[in-house]
Amino acid sequence: MELVNKWPAGLVEMPLRYCPGCGHGIVHRIVGECLEELGIRERTVGVAPVGCSVFADDYFNCDMIQGPHGRGPAIATGIKRSKPECIVFSYQGDGDLASIGMAETIHSAARSENITVIFINNAIYGMTGGQMAPTTLIGQKASTCPRGRDPKVNGYPIRICELLQSLEGASYLERTSVHTAANAIKTKKAVKRAFQNQIECKGFSLVEVLSMCPTGWEATPLNSVKYIADKMMPLYPLGVYRSPEQREQKEGGAA
Amino acid sequence: MPEIKVNERLCKGCELCTSACPKQCIAMSDKFSTTGYYPAMLAKQECCIGCGLCAQICPDLAIEVYK
Repeated sequence: MELVNKWPAGLVEMPLRYCPGCGHGIVHRIVGECLEELGIRERTVGVAPVGCSVFADDYFNCDMIQGPHGRGPAIATGIKRSKPECIVFSYQGDGDLASIGMAETIHSAARSENITVIFINNAIYGMTGGQMAPTTLIGQKASTCPRGRDPKVNGYPIRICELLQSLEGASYLERTSVHTAANAIKTKKAVKRAFQNQIECKGFSLVEVLSMCPTGWEATPLNSVKYIADKMMPLYPLGVYRSPEQREQKEGGAA
Repeated sequence: MPEIKVNERLCKGCELCTSACPKQCIAMSDKFSTTGYYPAMLAKQECCIGCGLCAQICPDLAIEVYK
């Protein structure tokens, strides 16, 4: 018998320090496998965010930079423009990308920077203790809205893929999930395509991954999986929001 | 005969693999691992088909699939 799933070369062989049932580990594995399978590991530079995945520079087996909160796409822009031969990806959570880093996200998409952004959406600030994030669902409890998010006080959740869809610069936008094995396989396809787009110089690619945060949601890992399927997916529908083919057709039509 | 091996040093006992297994052959151990969790284990080896779905969902890369 042969080992089918070897430890991906894109990840350092060490235990991940995330909570039990956290989706970050699944996405780390997926990114690590994609770096290996596309043969780009040695020329890849990653940008680690602030948040639970701040230790991503320990885990990914490629060059990494740890950036200030929310500035991932800005740092990735700088690296990509000064070293265009490098493959640059930014790995960010929802508090990082959708709150403090919203300006960087929108403007790098509008400029169609040739970078890949992996966006982990778990609808909560995980590391700092389960505070409300811009992506927190209406009615969802968090430590800063203990009675559930009230739109009159806290506003409405931000859907990043739909928001960026309106920008012509965005080349590839897809929302996937990692709450089941089948969805994890789809996420891998999406992440691979996002890296492939960058290799083919097609512009800004973002993959939004719905992920579970059992600690922040105060649920068991199995209940968190149900929460994604029942509550998160109706608000954040999965699918491709922009593909490079659509964009080329649009540009062709405009010309 | 396909089988899985759970690395007890990595497993944090989140039980996601038990729900992913189409044959329900993964169960949780009743003994603590050295890291203080109840790790997953292959309870019914004869049922395992080596599909690897447990490894796809495992957040800690603790499952090795042999086929």
